[in-house]
Amino acid sequence: MGEISLRTDNTPTVKPVPPRGRAPWPRRVVSRCRAISRRRLVRMITPWAFLALPLGLLILLTYLPAYNLIRYSLTDWDGIDPTMNWVGLANYQRMATDPALYRVLFVSLFYLVGAVVQIAIALYFATILSFKVFAKNVFKGILFFPYLINGVAIGYVFLYLFRKDGTLDTTLAFFGLQDPPQWLGDPKLINASLAGTSVWRFTGMNFVLFLGAIQSIPGDLYEAAELDGANSWHRFWHIILPGVRRVVALSFILAISGALAVFEIPYVMTGGANGSKTFAIQAVEMAFTHRKVGLASAMALVLLAMVLLVTWVQRRFFPDERVELT
Amino acid sequence: MKTALRLGAKGAKYASLLIAAVVCVGPLTVVLFASLKTKQEYAASGPLDPPTNWFNFANFATAFTNGQMLQGFVNTAIILAISLTGAIFVGTLAAYALDRFNFAGRKLVYGAFLLASLIPSVLMQVATFHIIYRLGLFNTRGAAILLFMGTDVISIYIFLQFMASIPVSLDEAAMIDGASRWTIYWRIILPLLRPAIATAVIIKGIAIYNEFYIPFLYMPARDLGVISTSLYRFKGPYGAQWEVIAAGTIVVIVPTLVLFLFLQRHIYRGLVAGAVK
Repeated sequence: MGEISLRTDNTPTVKPVPPRGRAPWPRRVVSRCRAISRRRLVRMITPWAFLALPLGLLILLTYLPAYNLIRYSLTDWDGIDPTMNWVGLANYQRMATDPALYRVLFVSLFYLVGAVVQIAIALYFATILSFKVFAKNVFKGILFFPYLINGVAIGYVFLYLFRKDGTLDTTLAFFGLQDPPQWLGDPKLINASLAGTSVWRFTGMNFVLFLGAIQSIPGDLYEAAELDGANSWHRFWHIILPGVRRVVALSFILAISGALAVFEIPYVMTGGANGSKTFAIQAVEMAFTHRKVGLASAMALVLLAMVLLVTWVQRRFFPDERVELT
Repeated sequence: MKTALRLGAKGAKYASLLIAAVVCVGPLTVVLFASLKTKQEYAASGPLDPPTNWFNFANFATAFTNGQMLQGFVNTAIILAISLTGAIFVGTLAAYALDRFNFAGRKLVYGAFLLASLIPSVLMQVATFHIIYRLGLFNTRGAAILLFMGTDVISIYIFLQFMASIPVSLDEAAMIDGASRWTIYWRIILPLLRPAIATAVIIKGIAIYNEFYIPFLYMPARDLGVISTSLYRFKGPYGAQWEVIAAGTIVVIVPTLVLFLFLQRHIYRGLVAGAVK
């Protein structure tokens, strides 16, 4: 990013060392050197002056809380009491041994499967819509728009959809499927229903990302392939897929960390009831409902570590994830 | 044979597109239907039946007055205006320093911003809460404003990307004319960044408008409800009145739809820039 940055500290570093056996440097030279070093000092400080506000906020709102998370996680603090008792790694130990605490992690698997479905759907429609299609921009807009909608509104839209005799049941009945299950009432189904909602919400984002990547593939590649007698399957497999490989990989990584930290959709729709509680809901509840800030901090840190690990793996195996977009 | 196959493929393509469009628009349309029905009509009709009177806005009136949606819009507008101004300022300052200076620790600062963008915001609130509380901002709009201003990394990337395309020779020319660094930032860089600022405002604006948990956690007072939390509170009193909840939902979606229709290109560009950090 900073290849074209302006180097400012290239003033010659002239140190006033008086030549041996001669008179000291004239006063004029010394004061000139002082002026240079003062200017250097100003130059050293200037970028930090510009960064003071952004960095201050970053430290106050991200790094100080992160530090506090570590501190709290080693105590039994309840969030109000002025005293916190040091408990060492007891909170972490409890997380690793109490099934009620770690079981919620498995809920993430539903969202992970949802994310795979989402990426597949997005890739399919991105491929279709990168070629000549009637009313292309209309379809693009329709597929993308759900991503922009307020999460609470989406929650209500899908509560309405999944209700008994709601939109989904009525539609199924129209196709002759009577006696539908309780989409949000059945603990076996609830996470699939919520993950489905999540797919509806986020497919548009992946779709637009993929579309951008496909459109940046040079058009003459397709022409050359056509001359060689390639059909549209060949075109997808040998030209498009390699072209979007990196964005797809990036989307998978984002999907994993997203699935680990799912919060809004289940929180708004069910509040975590009926077995739909996710790890993030549990951490937040632990902190603000049950007032176990120590344990909640440990949970938050574990999840944070997982997310960072996933990202580290991505940076390691796909170091150049930058995509050219036009 | 070959043309039949090609026609079949074409048919399948449009069929899948149509199904996708119905899946995207359908759930929203039925909510619009519900919002236009009277209570009796809602009870008597199925969810897929259109309303008899397309101009029955009674539910919208209830949502606005009793549901405190108006208050929600006012609070959202105040928070949007202040935190967007602040975020643009903070973001451009950081991007200017990172792109136009070469200093010890530059990589470290860059990494610090990058790392922050990876942290799921909900989890941080466990600890951020106590900082906001100590600052005396709990149950004030200041809490949301400060958090939206300070945790904005996406727009820094948008600015950095754009700034790389502003030639450094402009800065140098100004410096030869005796302009200070601040003057260069304020008079040259900031005005030239205008397209990037527009993109960042739109992306960040949508994100703030949609944010639920931060206002929910930090501003529980009834008169401090924003759009998301006002709508969320429909759950209690209107739990059984789906036609009112539907109206509230539509009220929240319509501004987003209007914005999307007018600013499509900016939105696509900005979201892509933000996602591919």
